[in-house]
Order: sequence, then structure tokens, then C-alpha cells
Amino acid sequence: MTSSLATPADLTATRRDDGTMVVTLGGDWLLSGVLPSTDALIDQLRSGVSRLAFDTTALADWDTGALSFVLRLSGTARTASVPVDASGLPAGLQRLLVLAEAVPEKADAKSDEEDYGVVDWIGLTTLSAKASAGETLEFLGQSVIAVWRFIRGKARYRRSDLTLLLQQAGIEALGIVVLVAFLLGLILAFVSAIQLQQFGAAIYVADLVGIAMVRDMGALITAIVMAGRSGAAYAAQLGTMKVNEEIDALATMGIDPIEFLVLPRFVALVLMMPLLTLFADAVGILGGMLVGIGMLDLSFTAYAQQSIGAISVTHLLGGLFKGAVYGILIALAGCLRGMQSGRSAGAVGSAATSAVVTGVVWIIAAAGMFSFVFYLLGW
Amino acid sequence: MTSASNNGAPIISVENLTMSFGDFVLQRDLTFEVHAGDIFVVMGGSGCGKSTLMRHLVGLLEPAAGRILYGDRDFTAASTKDRDAMLRRFGVLYQGGALWSSMTLAENIGLPLGEFTDLSPETIREVAAVKLALVGLSGFEDYYPSDISGGMRKRAGLARAMALDPYILFIDEPSAGLDPISSRLLDELIVELRDSLNTTIVMVTHELPSIFAIGTNSIFLDAESRTMIASGPPTELRDHSDNPTVRRFLNRGAAHG
Repeated sequence: MTSSLATPADLTATRRDDGTMVVTLGGDWLLSGVLPSTDALIDQLRSGVSRLAFDTTALADWDTGALSFVLRLSGTARTASVPVDASGLPAGLQRLLVLAEAVPEKADAKSDEEDYGVVDWIGLTTLSAKASAGETLEFLGQSVIAVWRFIRGKARYRRSDLTLLLQQAGIEALGIVVLVAFLLGLILAFVSAIQLQQFGAAIYVADLVGIAMVRDMGALITAIVMAGRSGAAYAAQLGTMKVNEEIDALATMGIDPIEFLVLPRFVALVLMMPLLTLFADAVGILGGMLVGIGMLDLSFTAYAQQSIGAISVTHLLGGLFKGAVYGILIALAGCLRGMQSGRSAGAVGSAATSAVVTGVVWIIAAAGMFSFVFYLLGW
Repeated sequence: MTSASNNGAPIISVENLTMSFGDFVLQRDLTFEVHAGDIFVVMGGSGCGKSTLMRHLVGLLEPAAGRILYGDRDFTAASTKDRDAMLRRFGVLYQGGALWSSMTLAENIGLPLGEFTDLSPETIREVAAVKLALVGLSGFEDYYPSDISGGMRKRAGLARAMALDPYILFIDEPSAGLDPISSRLLDELIVELRDSLNTTIVMVTHELPSIFAIGTNSIFLDAESRTMIASGPPTELRDHSDNPTVRRFLNRGAAHG
């Protein structure tokens, strides 16, 4: 506390003839210094001591370091029914000791995180999964009602909110989507070029990249970028509003938070996702073309013609439709996790993380389903 | 100040209300009435369920048992539509103000006006300015909640709660986080609004100075026995309650008889 030249803490215990154990504390007992080990002393205390006393005449400076030691010692003494004579301690330390021991630790106050067995774990997980499924269904139902009211023009939300959300999910996201899609096109072209060159069928790189981007990859990569961008943002925004009781304030004003907060986010993503997907498709093909022209010595016209010949309108519309559906999933995952968020800073963080994870899982699952259904339909 | 024995039908009647989270019962068998013009205080120690009671009264939580009536209309059994209509006549001031952080103060106050009245945008802005002036915030119309202090946010929250001239105003911990002077000014403002606009106030707090200064009637929730253990005007409870817990609380822990 005062001087930087602390004398090291020093601890000795002597046993008098009447069975009294006198613990002598010397030097500086500070948390910032080095404190002596106390385990040996605790063991001694348990072996036939009749009284515990202290000698602190050589104690220079002390803080919580000394208090926690004394507390531990007197706690052990109490369980071993050894009387404690605290009169040898400095007055301040005596008062702190009384304060710390005034209220016995509440036995049931500790959180009961016992070691659960596998059976408990299965049971608890099942119960929470059931509760979570119920919440998700309720949220879905409310969202459908909100969308229906929106279609009939009766929904309550702020136009200016929607404009801002459209901008955030549209033009502001375009840069990153374009960059990622371009690189994806490049990668697809490289991978296929190596294989197709062996057959002298390098020109088919254009078919492969074109169809893959337009049918599936364009929408998929856009969705994954948007899940990390908008999905997480929505969860964090709604979670923070929940912490601040802003969502309660809407509800008690008779304004439906789903309509007011979830609906505009939902609409923004459903409208913007197909547009972003369109850009991703085009830029992805451009990336493939770069490889085709630079590495495979194809001409621009040959590559472009091959691409146009390969891609059909069905492919294009199918891809855009997928994009819109992924948009629905991202908005739902983000808003659901945001509305479910707990009321603390940590909970908002996990809501954002969980929104991305949920969003990506839903997207991939939907992509798998689409592939199967589109295959069955022969599209 | 008017005493509890107010004539006429109660504005709020709570009958045998039980509040619980799952299997955990927070409070049971709460029965009380709030009369017009009251400043009704819900008091009790930390964690006894005061704020939870308020959340039940404004429909954010559903009672486990019992019912809540406003006038003679059953709030608990009402349909969502009826409930929303009733909610529009309430104002709620949350602990931190709960202003919508993406909107300016004027937009915060203007939102309920825009949603539930046919006023023109110009009129709405004027009304918002008047409401802000009433709580001493004129000139702050275009500030965002993050630009102003905690005390100002609370007053702005009060202005928003008063936007639709509610006949009942619920206030959660009015003095939490305020210095003694701001807290007293807020108390005076609450009395002023009650007197001038005929608003009935339901207030959740454990601030003794506020309770005695403005409370006209009260109930005391006990965390140990999990029910209400006293009701009546706060000063009367302080001096004459036959329950030692209530007397100790209202005398700030000092032994009193």
C-alpha cells in the first residue's frame, strides 16, 4: 500500500503447553506480494489443538490477503470445534472478520450445477428442445399473420425503417457479395479446368461454372454472406431492444412488435436477396471467364456463347426463387433468436451467434431439399 | 392528500392474483383495488416481485391464477383486440425509460400519436414538443436517446408514456439511477401530472422518500411469505402497521416499537 519495498510475508505457528496454537504473522500480507502456503497449518489445526490465537506484532501492512488467510483458518477451527481468540489481530482485521462471519453462507444460494448424469442430460435437453420448438412455432405463426396483414396493407410499421433496412440489405451488402461470388466463380473454374483439360474439353468449364452459379451457388453463397451480415445484425438489434425494454414498450402501447420490428426486416431480405443473387450469378460467371481466357486460352466470345447456351431461364428463375426463400430463412432465424434473447449483454452476443448458426443450417438444409425436388421435377 | 378511503368504483381491481414462473410461485393471492386519483405504491424488498406485478398489470405476463379488472372489464379474459384497446389508455414508464433507440425524442413521442390518432405530421410534432416541454426537455426534439443523460431519458420516457393522455400511468422504479434532486423533481412532476390531467398513478418503488412524499395508498409484498402482508396509506403503515416487517422496512430498518 505505502512503500514499494515490501518485506516478504512470514508465517510461523507455535504450540504452547496448554494446547493453544499461536499463529504468528509477520511482514507484509498483501495480495500483490507472495503469500506463504497455509495448507500445512490447516492440517496442524485439525490435530488436537485446544485453542487458536494470533500474534501480529510483527505484521507490517495487510489487506484482503491476510483476511482470507485468517478467515480460512477460523473456518477450519469452527468445523473442528476449536475456539478462536481473535484478540491478537489488528483491530481492523478483527472487525472485518466479524463482518465476514456475521451471515453464514446460505446453503441453497449456490447454483445447483451438480454433475448431471447422462439420463438427466437427455431429459433436460428434451424438455428444452420441446419448449424451444413451441416458441419457434408461435413465432412462425405470428410472422405469418404479420405478413398477411402486410399483404392486405393493414400492418403497422414505419416506412422509414423499411427504407433503411432495404438499403442495408441491398446496396450496402453488394460489395461483399460481389467479391465472394467472384472468387467462388474463380475457384469453380480452376477445379473443373484441371479435370476437363485432361479430356480436351476445356470449353465445358463455361457450362459447369455457369450452371453451378446460376442454379445453386450464386444463391447459396449470397445467403451465407447475408446470414453472417444481416442475420446476426437483426438478432443483435432485437436482443438489445429487449434488454432496454423497448420491445415491452411497443407491446404495452398496443403495437405488435412482430409487425413493427420483424416484418420490415423480413420484407427487406425477401426483396433484396433475389437481386443480390442476380449480381452474384453474373459476377461468378465473370470469375470463371477470367480463368477460361487467362488459363485455358479460350476467347471471350467462345466462353460467352458457351455460357449462354448452357444456362436456361428455368435455371435462372430457380436460382432467384431459392435466393428469396433463403432470405425468408435468414430473416426468420435472425429475428427469432433476437426475440428469444435473454436480458443481458452476454445473451445478446449468443443470440447473434445462434442466429448465424441457425440461419446457415436452415439454408443448407433447404438447399439440399431444393436439389432433390428440382431433380425430381427435372428442372 | 386524499386518503385511501375513496368513494366510487375502483379503477383497477386485482382479485386473488397468483404470479409464477413455471413451478416457482413468486407471489400468491394478491387482492387490492386502486381508485381514481390515487398514487398507488407497490413496495417491498428487492426480488419480491414488484416489477413482475407491474408486468402482469400491463399484460406482458399472464397470471397463473386470479384476474385483473379495469373498471368492470376483465383484462385477463379479454381478447387481444380488446386488450390492445385498453392498453392504449395506459401509459408505462419503464426503469431505464425504454425509449426506442433508433428514433429521436420527437419520433418516440410521435409514434403512438401517429399510430392511434388521425393527426397530421405537423400537429404530431407540435404535440410532441408540448409533451417534452412539460417534462422540461423543450429543444431536445431531435436528440437521440443515446445523446442525453439517464435522468433526461427517464423524463422523455414519461413524456412518451403521457403521449396519449392515459388515464392510468404505470411507473417502474421512478428514482432508480437518479440523484436525490432529480428524483424529487420527478416526484413533483408525477403529482403535477396527476393533478392536472386526472391520471391515476401506479408506481413500483422501494424509495422511502418518494413513497412518503407522494404515495396515497400502497400494498407491501413480502418475499418470505410470498404474498402481500399490508395495505393502506404509506405513512399510516409506517406508524401503525401491526406487522413488524412492514414497520422495519418503512423505518429503514430502525427498530420502532
